[in-house]
Amino acid sequence: MTTMTSRSRTRHAVAAAAAAVALGVAGCAGTSPAATDGVVTLTYWMWDANQVPGYQACAADFEAANPGVRINIEQYGWDDYWTQLTARMVAESAPDVFVDHSQQFGKFAELDQILDVSDRVAGSGIDLNQYQDGLVDLWRGQDGGLYGLPKDWDTVGLYYNADMLADAGYTQEELWDLEWNPADGGTFEEFVAHLSVDGNGVRGDEPGFDKDDVEVYGLGYNESGGGYGQVQWASFALSNGWSYSDRNPWPTEFSYDDPALVETIGWYRSLIDKGYMPPLAVATSGVGSQEALGAGAYATLIEGSWNARSISELGGADFQVAPTPVGPSGERGTVFNGLSDAIYAGTPHPDEAWAWVEYLASPDCQLRVADEARVFPAVKAASDRAVSAFKDLGVDADAFSVHVTDGTTTPSPVTDRWAQLQTIMQPTMDSVLSFQSEPDSFGPANRRVNELLDD
Amino acid sequence: MAVMTTAAPVAARGRRDGVRRPRYGDLRTALIFLIPATIGFVTFYLVPAVRGAWFSLTDYSVLAPPRYVGLDNYERLVQDPLFWNAMKVTAYYVVMNIGLQTVLAIAIAVLMQRLTRSALVRGVVLLPYFVANVVVALVWFFMLDVQMGIVNVLLEGVGLDPQAFFGDPALALPTIALINVWRHMGYTALLIFAGLQMIDQQVYEAAELDGAGPLRQFWSVTLPLLRPVLALVLVVTITGSFQIFDTVAVTSGGGPVDATRVIYLYIYDLAFGQLDFGYASALSVVLFLVLLGVALLQLRLTRASESDTN
Repeated sequence: MTTMTSRSRTRHAVAAAAAAVALGVAGCAGTSPAATDGVVTLTYWMWDANQVPGYQACAADFEAANPGVRINIEQYGWDDYWTQLTARMVAESAPDVFVDHSQQFGKFAELDQILDVSDRVAGSGIDLNQYQDGLVDLWRGQDGGLYGLPKDWDTVGLYYNADMLADAGYTQEELWDLEWNPADGGTFEEFVAHLSVDGNGVRGDEPGFDKDDVEVYGLGYNESGGGYGQVQWASFALSNGWSYSDRNPWPTEFSYDDPALVETIGWYRSLIDKGYMPPLAVATSGVGSQEALGAGAYATLIEGSWNARSISELGGADFQVAPTPVGPSGERGTVFNGLSDAIYAGTPHPDEAWAWVEYLASPDCQLRVADEARVFPAVKAASDRAVSAFKDLGVDADAFSVHVTDGTTTPSPVTDRWAQLQTIMQPTMDSVLSFQSEPDSFGPANRRVNELLDD
Repeated sequence: MAVMTTAAPVAARGRRDGVRRPRYGDLRTALIFLIPATIGFVTFYLVPAVRGAWFSLTDYSVLAPPRYVGLDNYERLVQDPLFWNAMKVTAYYVVMNIGLQTVLAIAIAVLMQRLTRSALVRGVVLLPYFVANVVVALVWFFMLDVQMGIVNVLLEGVGLDPQAFFGDPALALPTIALINVWRHMGYTALLIFAGLQMIDQQVYEAAELDGAGPLRQFWSVTLPLLRPVLALVLVVTITGSFQIFDTVAVTSGGGPVDATRVIYLYIYDLAFGQLDFGYASALSVVLFLVLLGVALLQLRLTRASESDTN
């Protein structure tokens, strides 16, 4: 096998090909099994290896009910997934059904690579109210079509090292009452200050704290988050009355110049200046934020619900999760995102593919997935089942579902310009969080972002 | 067959050199030997390059047919601050990478020639080159981690502040350049070492008789006689250095604040991240012309085809 499937249409510019070859790891796509003996084999792609067992179980049930169809699940890591998928679309051999992401589906829909299933949904009489509110709309195209059915949802939470929490004299219940504001940081800032410890054992809220020699940062992060900030600053900004854009899905204008965001980022980066959060250079240099949490370099970390299992399984200490703090709006805030299953427009078996997608989106399969305690399925009843499955494993999943219960979720912005937007917002946010420029630089950046949407 | 029958007349009107074999007698064999390389070159370089040049004149998302837009992509390129930043970052990288690598490689080669002929030492010098680029990058990435990496633990051990090698805009690119110097200097040294072997020992004996010490011998004998080999090595390593991609892709990913967004990473991101293959192709064409110019200039400046030995 070569590093790229060499159909004639995959030949790009020499540089692009060289880049792909240089990447190396992106290679070696498996071949799709052909239909044999009148049995239709559907290829199904996903990126999360942890979720394969749950969907394998769904596939077995589906095959038992549909003797003429076999499901072949293939998994590629996130880093290679989208490159692989694009290459396969170019080669016209993409998987019949694949797990789709709300930031990716827009361009696939615009380029007619995935099927609009709205007619089939209507024909099957699927009750769209069975899914958590807001999830179906993540998959609406600009044309009003529906390009997938929701399979799961995610929010973010405040993970913490429970041993450090006990040492600091906080109880787990107190974390549910934390509040922040951009003026003095509120009880949340007091909390992260108290959990920060310098090389001499002095806490961040005690006199003599040396912010240049911090042993434990009260709050960790992995990078600036660019224009998204899902596991960095978005929970704060959204609970300060900010929203990403004028409307969603398919915004016509973004709001990075909104004073609500500017003051949020101003406060957020002040935590770096005070030594409660690591400098951006430290946060982005080397191994990831979860490893830093596991190694005791961070006391707390805002991370996604999709990492609940892996963080609870970090060794070295007891790791727990609480909800993100309440903001000036009087409510919490979180990005609400999720995944769907998309049908490749070039599939030779659209009817069988739809049957599989319909099953994946059904309570039967989603309840099965809930028992695995990996993700929160989109069907309401299955969400509840997942919460108790997580609790059985010692993970307080209420920290994530409280956002859904309280209605404090903000759906992830849906646009087909994310990649371009990030080329503007990533350096802008990097620059602000590393104190090379001021938060008011969001104004010019936002104008450039909005020019992108005008094209 | 035709070649065989015409072989004699060709030889007859051959050049002054009567014993020379027929001019075209080996042509068929030569062609057969050239076929595999030619097929590879045409399939993987020539055709994609020509297609790439065409795509650079189009708006092309790969998933829809290309649409001809004339020179729009090139106009956009001239006004694109990210393109100029990428070219600047790449040039900075090449200067650091090649400058240090070449000096170190010459030093290692000379030391190898003077001090040891041991195959083991030569093997050890080459060792980093045998490890895959991505593996080298990731191993260094972990070792240089600011909070847990062994290098920073050592720095703290001797009383220095830990450094965010990949997170600090001022350090990220030099760090990546040094990692690749480490990986490539052994290989480059071996090429130069081979060049040193070709220098006639008598020249050194003569220099010694004239009273030249080791340093003077290096400057006045070794370096000038090494020039053709150095020229070749520089053309190859500089062209390779411009193509820096994988080390950046698996470590800093272009950040912080575009400090390591080298041209190949930008092209890759445009093509595979943003599906803007037309514009990415235009950048590739420009990069190709730049590299061609650099190579020609180098060959001219170093007079690679001439040798000082004759």
